[in-house]
Order: sequence, then structure tokens, then C-alpha cells
Amino acid sequence: MENLIGLLVVAPLLGAAVLLCGGRRLDRGGPWIGTLFAAASLAIAAVLFAGLLGRDADDRTLDATAFSWVPVGGFRADVGFHLDQLSMTFVLLITGVGTLIHLYSVGYMAHDERRRRFFGYLNLFLAAMLLLVVADNYLLLYVGWEGVGLASYLLIGFWQHKPSAATAAKKAFIVNRVGDMGLSIAIMLMFTTFGTFAFGPVLERATEAGEGKLTAVGLMLLLAACGKSAQVPLQSWLGDAMEGPTPVSALIHAATMVTAGVYLITRSGAIFNAAPDAQTAVVTVGAVTLLFGAIVGCAKDDIKKALAGSTMSQIGYMILAAGLGPIGYVFAIMHLVTHGFFKAGLFLGAGSVMHGMNDEVDMRRYGGLRKYMPVTFVTFGLGYLAIIGFPGLSGFFSKDKIIEAAFAKGGTEGWILGGAALLGAAITAYYMTRVMLLTFFGEKRWQPDERGELPHPHESPRTMTIPMIVLAVGSVFAGGLFSINDVFLKWLEPVTGHAEGHSPVSALTVTAATMVVLVIGVAIAWAQYGRRPVPVTAPRGSLLTRAARRDLLQDDFNHVVLVRGGEHLTRSLVYVDHSLVDGVVNGTAASVGGLSGRMRKLQNGYARSYAVSMFGGAAVLIAATLLMRAV
Amino acid sequence: MSFPLLTLTAAVPAVGAVATAAVPAGRRTAAKWLALAVSLATLVLAAVQLVRFDPDAKGPFQLTESHAWIKDFGVRYELGVDGIAVVLIALAALLIPFIMLAGWHDADPQESGSSRWRPTQGFFALILMVEAMVVISFEATDVFLFYIFFEAMLIPMYFLIGGFGDRAGERTEGGAAAQRSYAAVKFLLYNLVGGLIMLAAVIGLYAVTADQLGTGTFSLQEIVQARAAGKLDLATTTERALFLGFFFAFAVKAPLWPLHTWLPNAMGEATAPVAVLITAVVDKVGTFAMLRFCLQLFPEASKWATPVIVVLSLISILYGALLAVGQRDIKRLVAYASISHFGFIVLGIFAMTSQGQSGATLYMVNHGISTAALMLVAGFLISRRGSRLIADYGGVQKVAPVLAGTFLVGGLATLSLPGLAPFVSEFLVLVGTFSRYPVAGAVATLGIVLAALYVLVLYQRTMTGPVKEEVRGMPDLRARELAVVAPLIALLLFLGIYPKPVTQILDPAVRHTMSQVHKADPKPDVNDVEAAK
Repeated sequence: MENLIGLLVVAPLLGAAVLLCGGRRLDRGGPWIGTLFAAASLAIAAVLFAGLLGRDADDRTLDATAFSWVPVGGFRADVGFHLDQLSMTFVLLITGVGTLIHLYSVGYMAHDERRRRFFGYLNLFLAAMLLLVVADNYLLLYVGWEGVGLASYLLIGFWQHKPSAATAAKKAFIVNRVGDMGLSIAIMLMFTTFGTFAFGPVLERATEAGEGKLTAVGLMLLLAACGKSAQVPLQSWLGDAMEGPTPVSALIHAATMVTAGVYLITRSGAIFNAAPDAQTAVVTVGAVTLLFGAIVGCAKDDIKKALAGSTMSQIGYMILAAGLGPIGYVFAIMHLVTHGFFKAGLFLGAGSVMHGMNDEVDMRRYGGLRKYMPVTFVTFGLGYLAIIGFPGLSGFFSKDKIIEAAFAKGGTEGWILGGAALLGAAITAYYMTRVMLLTFFGEKRWQPDERGELPHPHESPRTMTIPMIVLAVGSVFAGGLFSINDVFLKWLEPVTGHAEGHSPVSALTVTAATMVVLVIGVAIAWAQYGRRPVPVTAPRGSLLTRAARRDLLQDDFNHVVLVRGGEHLTRSLVYVDHSLVDGVVNGTAASVGGLSGRMRKLQNGYARSYAVSMFGGAAVLIAATLLMRAV
Repeated sequence: MSFPLLTLTAAVPAVGAVATAAVPAGRRTAAKWLALAVSLATLVLAAVQLVRFDPDAKGPFQLTESHAWIKDFGVRYELGVDGIAVVLIALAALLIPFIMLAGWHDADPQESGSSRWRPTQGFFALILMVEAMVVISFEATDVFLFYIFFEAMLIPMYFLIGGFGDRAGERTEGGAAAQRSYAAVKFLLYNLVGGLIMLAAVIGLYAVTADQLGTGTFSLQEIVQARAAGKLDLATTTERALFLGFFFAFAVKAPLWPLHTWLPNAMGEATAPVAVLITAVVDKVGTFAMLRFCLQLFPEASKWATPVIVVLSLISILYGALLAVGQRDIKRLVAYASISHFGFIVLGIFAMTSQGQSGATLYMVNHGISTAALMLVAGFLISRRGSRLIADYGGVQKVAPVLAGTFLVGGLATLSLPGLAPFVSEFLVLVGTFSRYPVAGAVATLGIVLAALYVLVLYQRTMTGPVKEEVRGMPDLRARELAVVAPLIALLLFLGIYPKPVTQILDPAVRHTMSQVHKADPKPDVNDVEAAK
């Protein structure tokens, strides 16, 4: 059984190797080969899951050490795996959604001449993501962590001939590297503190280290999480990442990779539990991002960018919950799973719409699509109801729990966090209703594309609709199923621990308040976009709207401070290196050895004669030493 | 007397060089094959060294050979390898065949039969000559013997840089020849000045030993043993002065900021394979010598100088990376990236922790392979378009996907992507530094962000975007070129996933060095459970 964990990672890795090195022969069969390898890892995951379920609740862990990776002095890193309920949950989500999206891509990418490579990259992503969640130490996790970054880089920039895609890919990687710095430093701190960075010893003995050290580790882990999970202040790459093909946005930039930060924090719960200051930082980041993403999501006319804003916001909820400690971990992961279903479904729906609309992404040029794309409409609609938290659907259960837990944090902090989460719920209802109305309702606002053709929207092929239907089913039922008898809570509790919070407001009040804000959000959106016709070109908008369209000016800030500043710095350094360092060193040498005259001489073309004389000297020296021996 | 394996490993390429140079002018291809065969034979010998080397054996050096040479001055022909040397010899021997294959046509005469001058023979002979000298530098355990070859190496390198420039430059600018000879002479002068200062220190060391031991000696082992036994007692200032003399030469070679400016010139003007020879093979002698000579001969002075050297390494890391970001020339970019990487190596050595030093030695190996991969592919690219300027490229990925793919892998190795070999060594250096100097370790991690920046910007500007007119019709990698790159990439992957075969050879040698400088690794705050019992 233990050996299967390694195979889980190796299967898609093998797929990637076959597809990327296989050459043109595999061009035709590539998509199905890739899907097959993804399905294989899903099958292995299912076997492992069945194995875990067959055990007692407190004995559901599997450990396997494959080989010793970096053994140097007191530094030991193994390639070892640890599968428990937390990683199993992720493995099922990754392989399940991953396989569905492979299947969807078979249809979506059918006309792309480089699709073999696309599936190779997707397989590579699966392998890296699985490694991230089954690693038994932080350094191996780091390998998966950057591996998904690489896959994300390759897939965002998949259409490399578009400069915007290439730029977005690079930006994502570099911003993520800033986060990776945090992870590096966290691992180094663990090593100096505990002498190891394996989960077991570090987490078991976390409390033995001082709070200061733990706070430092926690903050560094948070930095890493901010990068990967697109949280403020490292969120700027996610919107641009939508340059990638839509299945990529669904899998990597919605359902799985971007949630890695939540995994990291939940996994490191023992560290955060003992470092309240770090936890405060985590909830702050979560609360700020959930509002930030939601506001950005309101202003975007690009359907994928609106959804990207929403993703940021929803992950903000998860980070917030994870920062609450034992009262939140379970709900963070539960929301992560339900979000995986509905957000992946929404993205696939968006891709299906784009497919039918000649790759148009501007929602102001959609309208009235429900009649033309019924399956897409229904599945997207169910995802919509799930994300806004319509009673009975997945999002209702998972988000409600987070809002409750936020209030339960207690004190002023609890009121602020709970308030932010409630406000976020209202904004979510608003921007998602906006997306829904702009896309599927109202009049047709279709515009001719670059070639002057009007789109002929049509329903997408089976390979695309089947995954959408499956995800819609998940969006509807997952939350409810998880909540029956608290089965999800009981499943995860042995790993993450759980504590009931003491909320100043009753659960019923929270639910009622959530319903109220939901209705308000939907109503405002309907008043703006449902009741009256929507202009094809966006109105100028208020100051806030304009700022939100530009991602609340974060890019502008980065551009002015980091990009411009960096350019000036490098340019002046190039000058300094050329004129100053070189000059000073040469000058010093000249003043010492009178070399400057000679240097000038050799620039006048005496170089060879000079060199020859040098070698002459050297030769005499060597000859002399050799002669010495003879004497 | 045992079989002189070490002498043979150096002698084969040396004799091969003479033989290659002697091949008649008309038989250029024969000369190439001969040189390649010799380099492969050297590789076999290096492999035999690795096999016969026992990492767990006692004593600092193995496979030793010792003969009296210049009796009057106590100079001995003393060879021996430790784990670090044997691995670096293997690296050099491994890279030379690839360098030759990559530069297969670099020295073909432009006009046929124009003169009796035999550039092709010369080119390959010089490469073999450099190999012989590098190998013996790694093997020498007599300071004077080391010094001779450390310096003599400059001669063939000078001709390789100055005599065989980048074709790209020749076609575009008239002043290319002048720039090339400027680069060659700058290389020579910097290294020569470093060498002269070292020579003074070498003589000084001899004087001290002659004074205190009765007979002067250059033998590393004798000096180390005499110091350990208390027979040789260097005054603090003497030790420091001698240390600085040695270190200066190695810091020029490494190269360390601010003595680095010769490298971008040399790497920019030389052909790509020669640039690889400089940075991946020859420069490693500098960092290797810091470990072998500076730390072992002058442990106290090394510790005394550590703070300054750590700061200089940090500057090298960040400064090299920032300048790489600012470059417009592909080869100069790689050169500045190398300066940044050498900063990591020196940082790891002087962090004085076993992780740092193991990481630094492993870094030497990995940097050799990764730079070779990146630079050689860059060379293939440049030879197709005839320009080194980044701005002259764009969209290559569309017309030559395999070339672009291998370039990307080389780049990812350069930015130390986990899963590829350089990650392991870079992380070891960082963690080793961090455990002794947390601030320095944290600052050095900035280097990983900057590395991502210069690599990905380079890739984006050359490989992605719309296909430039001049790039259209560019052929993809040829079989010979693929034969160069594919094994290097395979090696990067293998050592990234399973570095143990190398680390287990390095580890005992590093432990020995650590004990020489009387340094132990810092203990973790929370005591180990096992240790507590």
C-alpha cells in the first residue's frame, strides 16, 4: 500500500516524460495518453482512499521513504511520503478535478497543433502538485511547490507567440519566487531550530521552540502562501495568469495550485497554533484579500478575470479560516474542496462560452446565451448558486462555517473578521450575479471578431460538457454531503485538530445575516445589469471602479517602484561596473605596477608582442627552475 | 611503487595535445577525432580514479605519488586527491569532450588552404593542454607544483580567448579582433597579477618553513602536520599576510567582486565552448584552491577574514545577478550570472559549516554542468543568427522548439529550480550560511528571485513572442548539438534527484577540512531527541 504513494506521483510524471520527449509521433494520440496517465493516478488515489477508510480513524496515515535524497553532515532530506487524511483529501481533489480537466481539454484543445505538449505540461503539473501534498518534509514539499510553479509558468505562457502570455507567465514565476524566498527561509529556520525539516519531528516538537522563532517561521510560511495562493501583497500575478488556456485556469489557477498556500498553513498548524502573532498576520491577509479580490471581481469585464478576482477572494476566505487555528482548519479545507468543484466548473463554463463565441472574453459582448448553450447555462448556473452560498448548495455550507468561525475568534477581532467575511459574501453575490446576467441573460450584444465574423454560439462537445456536468453535481451536493453528521470534520479532525469556537452571535443569526446580505448583493446586481440594457463599451465608472479595473493600482505601484526602480538600478550598476569598478581595479593595478602604460600600448595593437614577452618571461622562469634541479 | 594513475590522468591529455598539434595541416578532421579520443581516454582515467577512490579511507589524500624534484628548494612532485579533487577532476574530464563536440567547427579555417597555420589543430591541442593543467592543479599537494600549473594554465587560455573569437562578432563589427585581444590580455593581466602576489606568498611560506623547520618545504601535508604538532608557529600577522596573498589569486580566478571584470569580457569575446572552459572548468581551480590551500594552510587567518569575505560574496551574488538583468548581450549575461554563482560558492566555503562547504563543492560541479548546458545552447543559437545581442532574437521557440526547450532547461538549472541539480547545492549553501550567519543567509536568498528574473527575461526576449524576420528559417538543433546537450540535461536531472553518489564522496573530505579549521556545525536550538538520550 505504501509503495502506491510514490506511484501516484510517478504515473503523471511518466506521462509528462513520454509526451514531452515522444516527438511528433505522439501528436495525434497525445491528448488521450495524457488523460490516461491522469486517470491512472486517480485510480491509484481511489485505491489508497479505500485503504485509508478501511482503517481506524486515528490510524489513517501511511508513511513511505523512497530513498535518501540529500545526506550531508547533519542535514538529511529524504524522498519520503506521508499520506494522511489531509493529504488524501487533496490527492482526491487533484486527481479527480485533474482528470476531468484533462478530458475537457481533449475537446477544448482539439485544434491546437501543440496539444501534445499541452498535455505533457498538464501531466507535469499533476505530478508536482501531488508531490507537494504527499511529501513528508518541507524540502520535498518545496520541490513540488516550485514544480507547480514551473508547470504554471509553462501553461500560462502556452501561447508563447502572444507577448502578453509570455509576460504573464514570467510575472507569475517571478512573483512566486518572492514567496519561495519565504519558504526557503522558513525551512532554514526550521533547520537551525530543530535540526530537521521533516513534518513529524518539527510539528510534534514545535512548542519546544520559543514563540519568537515560531512567529518568524510562521510569517515566512505566510509569505510563501501569499505567493502561491495570490494573496495580498503578492496577488498581482493571478489576473494576468488568465492568459493561459481556460482549462489551465480552471485546474491550476482556481481548483488546485492556488490553494497550496492553504495546505501549507493547515499542514503547519502546530507552528501557527503556538505563534498567535503569525496567526493574526494570516487572518489579516485573508480578510484583506477576500475583500480585495471581491472588489476587483466586480469591475472586470473579462469573464476570466472576473472569476480570477473571485478565486483570490475565495482563497482569502480559506486563508482567513486557516489563520483562526483549530476552530478554522477543517472549514478552510472544506471550503477549499467545494470551491474546487464550483470554481473549476465556472471556469470550464467560461471556456465553453468562449469556445462558442470565437474566443471573445468581454462579457459586455455576450448576452442571452442561455438559449444557445443550455448545458453550459445550467452547469454554470449551479456553480453560480453554489459560490454565492444559495441555501442547500455546497458553498452555503462551507462559507457559512467560515463566517461563523470568524465571529467565534472573539473580541473586536472577531467582529472585524466576521464583518469582513459577511461583507465579502455580499460582494460575492453581487459580482457573480453580474457575471451571470451579463453572460446568459439580457439582449445579444455580440460583436464581430477580428475577421469580421459574428459568433455562432453553440453547445460544446461531449468531452467538454461531461466534466462540466460532473463538477456541477459536486457543486450542488458536496457541501451537504460533507455536513451530514459532520463527516468531513470527523475525517480531518485527527490531523488538523478541531475546537468549537464560542461565537458571540448564534449560528442561526449568522446564517440569517448571510442570507440577507446575499439577497442585497443579488438585488443590486439585478438593478444594475438585469433591469436595464448593458452598454457594450464600459462606462467610465467611479474612481473606485476605475481603480478596481486596474487591480486596485497594485500593478501601477509595482511598475513605478519595482520595475522602474529596478531598471534604474541595473542600468546604473552596468555603468558603475564598466566605468568605476573596472576603472578602479585597473587603476590600482596601474599605480602599483605601472600597468596603465602597457594597457594603452596593447590597445594600440601591441597586444601580441606584449603577450609574447610575458610568455617569454614565464618560459624562462620555468626553464630556470627545471635547470635548478639539474645543478 | 604503485601505478601512477594521477600522473597518467594529466599526462594523457598533455601528450594528446602535442600529438594533436602535430597532425598535418590537411588532416583537420583527423586532428579533431584524435583530440576527442584523447579527452575520452582522460575521462576513462578520471572514472578509474573515482572507482579506486575510497571515500571512507583514513588520511587526507589517496592515490598519492611523491618524488623529489627541486631538492634545493624542497619542491616535491607530490600528487594526491581527496574527495573534492577527485570529483572536480571527473567534472573537468566530463566537460571537455562536450566542449570539443560543441566547438567542432569553431576553428575551421575561414578560407581553405590560405596558410600553413593550423588553427583547428591548435584549438583542440590548446583545449587538451588546459585540461592537463587543470587536472594536475587539482592533484598537486605541493604548493609550488600547484602554483606552476595554476599559472601556466593562463598561456593556453590566453591563446584560446585571443585566437579563436566569436564568429558572430567578426561578421558584424570591424573592431571585433581588437576587442578580443583586449579581453584576452585583460584576462591574462588580472590573473597574472593575482599569480604574482601569490608567488610572493608562496616564497614567504617557504621562508617561514625554512626558518622554523630547518629545511624549507612546500608540501601541504608536511606544513599542516607541522602546524598541528606545534613545530611550525606562524605569527598572526604573517599568517594573515600569507593568506591574503593566496586568497587574492584565487579570488581573481573565482572571480569575486570587485576582481570580476575580466570575466564578462573574456566570456563575451571567446567562443561559447571556450567560455564554458573558462567558467565551468578553469575557474573552479580558484574556488577549489580556497578550500584546499587557504583553509588548510591558514585556518586562523581564514576565520579572521571570514566576515569580509562573506560580505564580498554577498555583493558578488546580488551584484552579479543585477548586472545580468541589465545585459544586452547573451554571453555577457551568462558571465554575470556565473559571477553571482561564484558568490554562492565562496559564501558556502567561508560559512564554515559542513552544509555550506558540501554545498559549495557540489555547487562547483553543478554550476559546471548547468552553465555548460546554457552557454553551449546559447552558442548554437548565436552561431545561427550571427549576433550576441538579445534584441536580435524573438520567437525562436516557434521555429526551433528543441533548441528553445533545451535553452529553457539550461536556464531553469541556472535559476536553481528544484528537481535539477543546482537546487540541491544552492540550498545547502544557503542553509549552511544561514545556520551561522542568519542575516547573510537571508540576504543571499534574494539571489534566487533575481536569478528567476534574468533567466526568464532572457528566455522571453529571445524565445517567445512573434517570430523575427531574421530568425525565420533557423534550423533546429542538429544531431551533434543534441548529443552535446542531451547528456548534460540528463545529468542535471539525475543529480537533482539523486545527488548522493557525489555527496558521499565529498562529505568525508569536507569533514576533514572542517576539522582543519577547528569549526563545528552550530547546534539546533531544540536538541535532537536521539542526542538528548
